[in-house]
Amino acid sequence: MNYGVVSQEQLEKIDEILTEKLIKIGVDCVIIIDMAGNIITAKDNGTSKYDVYSFAALAAGNFATVDAMAKLVGEEEFSLLFHKGTDCNIHFSKIDDELLLISMFGKDISLGFLRLNVVETIEQIKKLWARD
Amino acid sequence: MSFINLKEKIVQIKIVYYGPGRGGKTTNLEYINRKFNKQIQSEMVSLKTHGDRTLFFDFLPFDMGKIKGYEMKIQLYTVPGQVKYNATRKLVLKGVDGIVFVADAQEQMREKNIRSLNQLYENLKSYKQSIFNIPLVLQYNKVDLRNQGIPILPTSVLEKDLNSKLKVPSFEASALTGYHVPETLKKIISSTVVSIQKKLL
Ligand SMILES: Nc1nc2c(ncn2[C@@H]2O[C@H](COP(=O)(O)OP(=O)(O)OP(=O)(O)O)[C@@H](O)[C@H]2O)c(=O)[nH]1
Ligand SMILES: [Mg+2]
Repeated sequence: MNYGVVSQEQLEKIDEILTEKLIKIGVDCVIIIDMAGNIITAKDNGTSKYDVYSFAALAAGNFATVDAMAKLVGEEEFSLLFHKGTDCNIHFSKIDDELLLISMFGKDISLGFLRLNVVETIEQIKKLWARD
Repeated sequence: MSFINLKEKIVQIKIVYYGPGRGGKTTNLEYINRKFNKQIQSEMVSLKTHGDRTLFFDFLPFDMGKIKGYEMKIQLYTVPGQVKYNATRKLVLKGVDGIVFVADAQEQMREKNIRSLNQLYENLKSYKQSIFNIPLVLQYNKVDLRNQGIPILPTSVLEKDLNSKLKVPSFEASALTGYHVPETLKKIISSTVVSIQKKLL
């Protein structure tokens, strides 16, 4: 993938994967961002309205902070990043060194089920880039 | 690094206000937020201490309208200027496209400006970016204090201290009154857009 510019076709395929694997199982909103806080793409279920640009800036900062803390204590990385609320939960997952996948979901989905689907989503996205 | 979405025709550009602590970076963004509220769709995000010092960053998304059919989303950030926060300062610089260096024009701040600019050079180097290649604008802030009899460095001295090698555009400014705040912003946006267009061609 020519990171920095993603083709329209690639984005459409990524959006399809996100819808199929995550939005359809009940995830409210899913965003792919880069480590600088740019949004690559965002999909939601049509009912949730988040300020995705501010969210991306904060999420990139949050991830970078936790990553830097991991290095300080001698860990390569903390693999699970998860914030639990009453109505909304946020799950972070690294796609590669540059990209993050963030899912926001409610109480109807278990963390285990979500993680399973996130792993599959990332595998599919990586395959897509490997091919192009 | 800027991100270009060819599907929705959106370009995201990251501009960082950098400089010594209490120099007026946050005040720049606050002025922009008030003055250009039509171009700003969401709230300014400020991660700060109880004493109103920036702890991590301020974030303000600024809609510039369209250039050649592409919607330009300018993401403005500030870094925390306090010396002890260099680790977080570096995180904010990740993927930066353009920088405004906000110097504090007060005489007593002379050393701190130079040290902060040197650290910017080092921090960019750690991302394999060069201060000599990245779009950069210097702002000599707080010149309004001259009227209160507070010793302010002459612009010629600031130019010599900070801009003799860089030779980039610079402005005297007062972030508090807004003097040259829009000019600084316009200049860094146009330099950054030009540099991104060059990279794409
Ligand atoms: N007189 C005057 N005061 C200013 C000006 N700009 C900022 N200040 C004041 O200087 C102080 C620090 O300003 P900030 O904008 O918070 O500075 P900062 O660079 O964001 O500081 P850090 O977040 O610690 O890095 C505040 O009390 C501002 O009101 C200016 O142009 N003139
Ligand atoms: Mg500040």
